Amino acid sequence: MGLLDQKFESSNVIVTSFDKLLNWARLSSLWQMQFGLACCAIEMMAASASNFDMMRFGVIPRATPRQCDVMIVSGTVTLKMASRIKRLYDQMSEPRYVISMGSCSNCGGPYWEHGYHVLKGVDRVIPVDVYVPGCPPRPEALIEGLIKLQEKIRNESLVKKKAV
Amino acid sequence: MIKTTLDIARTSTGKSLRTEEMVVNMGPQHPSTHGVLRLEVVLDGEIVVDVIPHIGYLHRCFEKHCEHMTSYQQVIPYVDRMDYVAAMTNEMAYVVAAEKLLKIEVPERVHYIRIIMAELQRIASHLIAIGTFGIDMGAFTPFLYYFRDREKILDLFEMTCGARLLYNYMWIGGLSHDLPPQFVEKAKQFCVDFKKTMKEVNDLLNYNEIFIKRTANVGVLPKDLAINYACSGPMLRASGVDFDLRRDDPYTLYNKFEWNVIVGKGEVGVVGDVWNRNMVRQNEMWESVRIIEQALATLPEGDVKKAIPKRIRPTPGDAYGRVEGPRGELGFYIVAEDSVTPFRIKARAPAFVNLSVINEISKGAMLADLVAIIGSIDIVLGEVDR
Amino acid sequence: MTAQEIHDIIKAQFSDAVLEVKIEGARDPFIKILPEKIKDVAQFVRDHAQMKFDYLMCLSGVDYKGKLGVVYHLYSLTHGHKIVLKVEVSTDTPNVPSVESIWKSANWHEREAFDLFGIHFEGHSDLRRILLPDDWEGHPLRKDYEVPEFYNGMKVPY
Repeated sequence: MGLLDQKFESSNVIVTSFDKLLNWARLSSLWQMQFGLACCAIEMMAASASNFDMMRFGVIPRATPRQCDVMIVSGTVTLKMASRIKRLYDQMSEPRYVISMGSCSNCGGPYWEHGYHVLKGVDRVIPVDVYVPGCPPRPEALIEGLIKLQEKIRNESLVKKKAV
Repeated sequence: MIKTTLDIARTSTGKSLRTEEMVVNMGPQHPSTHGVLRLEVVLDGEIVVDVIPHIGYLHRCFEKHCEHMTSYQQVIPYVDRMDYVAAMTNEMAYVVAAEKLLKIEVPERVHYIRIIMAELQRIASHLIAIGTFGIDMGAFTPFLYYFRDREKILDLFEMTCGARLLYNYMWIGGLSHDLPPQFVEKAKQFCVDFKKTMKEVNDLLNYNEIFIKRTANVGVLPKDLAINYACSGPMLRASGVDFDLRRDDPYTLYNKFEWNVIVGKGEVGVVGDVWNRNMVRQNEMWESVRIIEQALATLPEGDVKKAIPKRIRPTPGDAYGRVEGPRGELGFYIVAEDSVTPFRIKARAPAFVNLSVINEISKGAMLADLVAIIGSIDIVLGEVDR
Repeated sequence: MTAQEIHDIIKAQFSDAVLEVKIEGARDPFIKILPEKIKDVAQFVRDHAQMKFDYLMCLSGVDYKGKLGVVYHLYSLTHGHKIVLKVEVSTDTPNVPSVESIWKSANWHEREAFDLFGIHFEGHSDLRRILLPDDWEGHPLRKDYEVPEFYNGMKVPY
């Protein structure tokens, strides 16, 4: 298990930096907001169902934004929905992360040109940490995106300033 | 006539139990609205007085895009994304409508492969419908069982056209590829395996006492109302109307095969309730397996593409083509003028029409029953909003 | 029942309301009806014992460039026949009587046609926008529609 592998065998003391401990705790239980938007939501469901089993990474779907660490924007964001997504994001508590799943929420996807009611990229409303390309991305791609997010969290620091 | 909870509560005490009405907003982010549906629910205590659905949170301008494509074939990827749970049947509906407009006849092998794909897709769609419905009712296990089997169908699709969810496989005048060499054996093997799972889950979910308590006699949709609201698919058949487009308005070659139309019988509860809707879906999967097995056994050899011009230019006019999708009558109304671009395409989405009845059938139910009713309608918001 | 017979019955009842009919050569035979009469015709074809069009398959708005149209695809579950009714109205006064009271399924279809085309259905119980937000301006499926630059502070074009 990486950080804690065989550390408890001789004594119950480990020495690590506070940053590392905190990051380890955060990245190992990324609770995900259970909310699907469009096609990608079906792949997100498949990712958390039997064959792919996303829960092994500690990703547990929660129904309320206040218990969530990561929001997976899975699908096309329309203008009618955009203000709701902003609101849901605001209701999440810090630290919060966003995975933009699929071409639609990355940049508008196939609806970029004539979609009069489609927001061309969810990053116009909320900040995004990881973009997962694909239309729709395979569950493996979503899991890859999740691992990328975990890498990002692993290198965070409380003291150091965040890169802008 | 079934007494609603409200009726019983009011008559048993002999006095009005009415409290001050309360408006509860359900959605667009809610775990059991199956997407971005928003319901404005007016409650009297815990009893639903009125439901006002608000849709359009996933309106992706499908019809506008169709008018800007440079050919009729280019619409197909957008058609896929309309009902993303059953992309194959969407393509089927569109190509049936377009071929009616263009007056094209496709080779026999194409018909067979289309039927196999559409029926596999129907199973995959019903698996999601029943699985997520089970979750709504508090049964998590069937979901995992069903998704395991759905993955097998997706593997079949993937080996055929390379995509898991949105295929772009059926084209006007044929298919994008022929079947891969191993497909027929694998599909046959799937049919054998799948029958076992179906029995397993049927015992696990549908006759479970808790499940029956939650679903029987809830959200009853009478026959006349169902027809007046133009409900279709399992929703209509569960209300006792013996109508299936595959038999009654045949397209492709469905009349060559032996299968039955499943109608809600009311073994548990009454005809037209939530339990029966779920059961119709469950039984339809058996029939789909039957059709697939017959089609695989008699699959003819031949070409899978008809020679049609690259830029299709139909004679001006209009055509409405419809097929029986997993959710019901899926139709495309195509208006053509003398151009390579469709002039107007309207999609008649079954979920859109089926959802409009929700106000009628959920009055008088408990708030928790509303979740059961939404789940039993089996909406896909991509199709409702387009 | 064939489309010709259906047409003959409607024509006998509403001789002045039938504007045009196309049966030969059409993929789906249609009858064009005077817009003001559409509700009466709809009521008639639903209740007539030989026709019994009890199932409204689809109701579509169409912009014919300069004119707006509504297309009704009807089906009879009892007899298994179909017919298409069409009406055309001018873009300036797009008023069509609502058929919501005859087929309940028309409710949402008409709201959608109102939302995307701006066709006004008279007598509709709840004519609001259905897909787009309430404060949206314009009717996007009209051929002369122009996409707004901003909506509520969000940039719309790519």
